[in-house]
Amino acid sequence: MQKKNPIIIADAINLAIEKGKFIAVIGKNGIGKSTLLRTLSKVQNPLHGTIFLNEKKINDYTNNDLATTLSLVLTERLPESQLTVFELIALGRQPYTNWMDTLSEVDNRKIQWAIEQTEIKHLQNKRFYELSDGQLQRVLIARALAQDTEIIVLDEPTAHLDMHHTFKIFSLLKKLVDVTEKTIIISTHQVNLAVDLADELIVFSNKGLVSGKTQTLINENVLDTLFSKEIILFNKTLRQFTINKNN
Amino acid sequence: MLYFFFNISLGSVAIPFKDVFYILLGENTSKETWQTIVLNFRVPKAITAILVGSGLSISGLLMQTLFRNPLAGPFVLGISSGASLGVALLILGTSFLGGVFISGAFSNWSLAIAASLGAFFVLSAVIIAANKVRNTMSILIIGLMFGSLTSAIISVLAYFSEAAQIQQYMFWSFGSLGNLSWQELSVFTIIYSIGLLGTLMVIKPLNSLLLGENYAKSLGINIKKSRTIILLITSLLTGVITAFSGPIAFVGLAVPHIARMIFTTSNHKVLIPAVIIIGALVLLICDSIAQLPNSEYTLPINAITSLFGAPVVIWLLVKKKKIYV
Repeated sequence: MQKKNPIIIADAINLAIEKGKFIAVIGKNGIGKSTLLRTLSKVQNPLHGTIFLNEKKINDYTNNDLATTLSLVLTERLPESQLTVFELIALGRQPYTNWMDTLSEVDNRKIQWAIEQTEIKHLQNKRFYELSDGQLQRVLIARALAQDTEIIVLDEPTAHLDMHHTFKIFSLLKKLVDVTEKTIIISTHQVNLAVDLADELIVFSNKGLVSGKTQTLINENVLDTLFSKEIILFNKTLRQFTINKNN
Repeated sequence: MLYFFFNISLGSVAIPFKDVFYILLGENTSKETWQTIVLNFRVPKAITAILVGSGLSISGLLMQTLFRNPLAGPFVLGISSGASLGVALLILGTSFLGGVFISGAFSNWSLAIAASLGAFFVLSAVIIAANKVRNTMSILIIGLMFGSLTSAIISVLAYFSEAAQIQQYMFWSFGSLGNLSWQELSVFTIIYSIGLLGTLMVIKPLNSLLLGENYAKSLGINIKKSRTIILLITSLLTGVITAFSGPIAFVGLAVPHIARMIFTTSNHKVLIPAVIIIGALVLLICDSIAQLPNSEYTLPINAITSLFGAPVVIWLLVKKKKIYV
């Protein structure tokens, strides 16, 4: 439909993501972080190229196989319904339930486990529209956990949260990677927290896309390319982005 | 059940409850005419009311979940108008096709098929448009546009038709639960049952659609397939209902909301049986009102559903302040 010339932001992406790691995708607004995550999780089709998941093409996965391998937490608002927190988390078991969506013993156990891990037991009978943004985010993470997948992809999980809740979400994700050995991939604007907590970074900049272990990327000065140097610099000793006060 | 019995007891001719009960049990009563009235008119009419009420309510529920829009329903999205168009083409269009004189009744199947095709045609058009625009508000407006488009075509058809055919079409469009023979009723029941079975098959996709299409997809639901099934069920149900009892407004939109308010849930395992019962009940009540008990007149059912239903929904919404999908 649109005849505009496409702007190629990242070309020839060759990305390998390791198992059991906490991986953060960072980059400026509109550079394509969400597109990358949506493509990786088959929400949208790749513009070009192939994605392999456990040495198998993602397009060769059946819907249900993919649903038991990869779960999602998206930024989009949920439609206004009367679902309770428990019902919402229980939907994560759909790939495993029968046509009537009956919860088995195993399903109930997985749901309870997800609720415990995210510490939302006191919320489970509330309706999801009664929750604060921070609580809702934990519930959505619990839903993804109940889906019992190797990989969880989260698109900007801390987008509407204050510093306290942002930090809590990050440490929850970090803990989950350590406890469950799941692979968790997030996109985020919390660059300092990402540098602090993520095992690996995928850095999106105007020069393209670089990925690797956080320390390696710091050593190779990759993080300086993220923002324009006149405004924000990366301070290697503090391991933090700081405002360039010389200007 | 109780109301079913109550409904049968009401009508232009007053028949005592006791006798109605005996007739239903297959025993003889004091007057034979009563037996004919009950078995050939009132029972089929009550069954029709149940099928129409529950069928429209299911269609409304499916549309509201599929579009995740509380305003969706067979009428709003132009599906009922599509079914009307199918019927209009059949009744009015025949004058173009050589003017075959048709003496009142069309074959049951042809009417049902024409209406279902009309409903499916409009629904598919709405879906194609919906895939392009994504914004649910635009989808509703597109549905309304299709609705007025089909009414315009019907007007044009009516302009070129003969008076007798226009009258026949007008009479149909008032909506009526009566006048269905047992044979017509069996056709109705067969198609209704197919729709109902299909609905049970999509409980799971419907529940996951409460999270939006992307989440539903990530839960392993085949969105395209589920959507096609939902659309087929809706056009089949709306089509057959519209064919046999005319375009009936309000029920499809309102009953799902009443069910959600009573049961305070969005879970389709609860909502589907709930809308079936409430929908059937609502139409039985409307039908009882339409008959104006113990008088000779019967009002068009379409007017009653809106006249009594709309204020109820407005009251509920004002009281509860919030509507959900």
